[in-house]
Amino acid sequence: MKKEKLIITIFLLLLVAPIFLSEFRLNLLGKYVSFGIAALAIDLLWGYTGILSLGHAVFFGLGGYCMGAYIKLQTETLPDFMMWCGMTELPWFWKPFQYFWFALPMAIILPIFISLLIGIPTFRVGIKGVYFTILTQALALIFVTFFIGQQLYTGGTNGITNLQSILGFSLSDTKVMQVIYLITVVILIISFLFCRFLVKSNLGRTLIAIRDSENRLKFLGYNPMTYKLFVFAVSAGLAGLAGALFVPQVGIISPSLMGILPSVEMAIWVAVGGRGNLKGAIIGAIVVNFAKSFFSETFPEIWLYFFGLLFVLVVLLFPKGIMGIINNMVNKLKIIKKNRIIHAKADC
Amino acid sequence: MSPEIFISQIFNGLSLSSILLLVGLGLSITFGIMGVINFAHGEFLMIGAYSAFITQSFFIKYLSADLLGFYFFVALPVSFIIAAFIGFILEKFLIRFLYGRTYETILATWGVSLILQQLARNIFGANNVDVSSPTWLRGGITISEGLQLPYNRLFILAISTICIIGMYCFFYRTAKGRVIRAVMQNRTMSACLGVPTSKVDAFTFALGSGLAGIAGCVVSLLGSIGPSTGQNYIIDAFMVVVLGGVGKIVGTIAGALAIGISSSLFEFITTSSMGKVIVFSLIIVFLQWKPQGMFTLKTRKLD
Repeated sequence: MKKEKLIITIFLLLLVAPIFLSEFRLNLLGKYVSFGIAALAIDLLWGYTGILSLGHAVFFGLGGYCMGAYIKLQTETLPDFMMWCGMTELPWFWKPFQYFWFALPMAIILPIFISLLIGIPTFRVGIKGVYFTILTQALALIFVTFFIGQQLYTGGTNGITNLQSILGFSLSDTKVMQVIYLITVVILIISFLFCRFLVKSNLGRTLIAIRDSENRLKFLGYNPMTYKLFVFAVSAGLAGLAGALFVPQVGIISPSLMGILPSVEMAIWVAVGGRGNLKGAIIGAIVVNFAKSFFSETFPEIWLYFFGLLFVLVVLLFPKGIMGIINNMVNKLKIIKKNRIIHAKADC
Repeated sequence: MSPEIFISQIFNGLSLSSILLLVGLGLSITFGIMGVINFAHGEFLMIGAYSAFITQSFFIKYLSADLLGFYFFVALPVSFIIAAFIGFILEKFLIRFLYGRTYETILATWGVSLILQQLARNIFGANNVDVSSPTWLRGGITISEGLQLPYNRLFILAISTICIIGMYCFFYRTAKGRVIRAVMQNRTMSACLGVPTSKVDAFTFALGSGLAGIAGCVVSLLGSIGPSTGQNYIIDAFMVVVLGGVGKIVGTIAGALAIGISSSLFEFITTSSMGKVIVFSLIIVFLQWKPQGMFTLKTRKLD
């Protein structure tokens, strides 16, 4: 319980944030909370299993597109970009997305499906490490080109824009936005508990074993492929869910959100927060994004330098991220306390 | 598809391959020797391209007009030297501390690439600039009606062939090359036998960056260049390394040829976005058969 003080405080702060934050700031925070869920997904895969995917924005984006398609069809029978291209009828694969009960599960199932499609052939033949990372990165590039190329069905470079209402509620209503924000926070908490359950279970130990010594695990008779596939799929589904929560808060989904740059950014959130630490992932996502919006608002000219430097410095100076720094400080405090007690006893 | 179009697509693919080859070779040797994934490698291509631009501007400003045609022969070594120098600096101040931490190098070099792109944007502006190719590279050899091989692409092919032969001779025929290969095979053992591995690392990294610089100089012949020029090639170059295998020149050549030609063919037959999807799927399928890539160093290591 004592260890969890930090994360409980953060969750409580997030839950009461609507009371003291302006509408604009709350909306930003809501975005970051959904990023936090994506960061959990990356941490599960990278921090615990040692597999770095730089294509996770694809899963995030797919979830977003599913939700975006649903929201779009609430107000328009035929999306505007299809009308501009001269389509008269909705394509068959768009049709089921007018139902919420279809769109939301698809936001999770579709990323899982893609993750298996890429995971099975690569893990099966033992492609790992950076080779896997490079392949996922190529996946991100391909999805972006594909979505831009299929303008008729995806809205091209602009993506799906002008999203207005969800389940009959208007997305411009402050009250509705607050509810969506709270739902996002609750789902973040549930995802956190779920991930924590996973990593604390026997399965989680196996994942860590894969990270630390995959070969030894093989010699012990385990088949790492099953575990890796499982964690990759869970991670993809979680990222898709994050994307689905992101879209109603932002009102747009476009290919630029599923490319390589956002994928690398996701990894950076986790690296800043502290790899192999679920709390760290959430903290990293929120801190990095606040820093990003602060710097890009205050120093629009040079903020990319800051951002680039952040990548370099985190890796070079703080390989364990924010959680590493916090843990270090806590340990030092403990030692000081201990010394004091010893001194006090000696004085008696 | 008529045979003329087919041949000209293959030819375009060859010139794309030769650029990918120059970029991929640097990636492959730095990864092979140091376990470093350099995502800023595309930016060295950009640096090379801008070096060519600067050289040309210098020629236009200070030298007589009839010398302008020869700017390219100055631009090539200039690109190589500038890119290699910046690569050397990067190795000394950053990469050196990250050996063996492959994932971390991805993130750190990604940051470097952001910084270098922004630097280029601030120095040269966000818009693309044009390097006008020398007059003697305009036009081409007309083989038949509808089939013309442009001089500039032939020239690119020639340059990369020369570079590859040069690299091959360097790696397999000189003492220094032998030392580099030794470090690639077994770093600890080479160090024990007195090879100054950190010097070898710095040298190899600079060499790889310089090759990317030459690639950039060559790219400037094909079209306008901008701060994100390097980004267009980097992912394909990485795929070359994955497909060809690490640590052998012949693997990089084979990978570059396969990816360059197949993407230019498939992008022509279908659309450019579908072509990319097909090439990627083919790579995944190929890796089912040879997960380590086409050519690999034979070792008795577990991985």
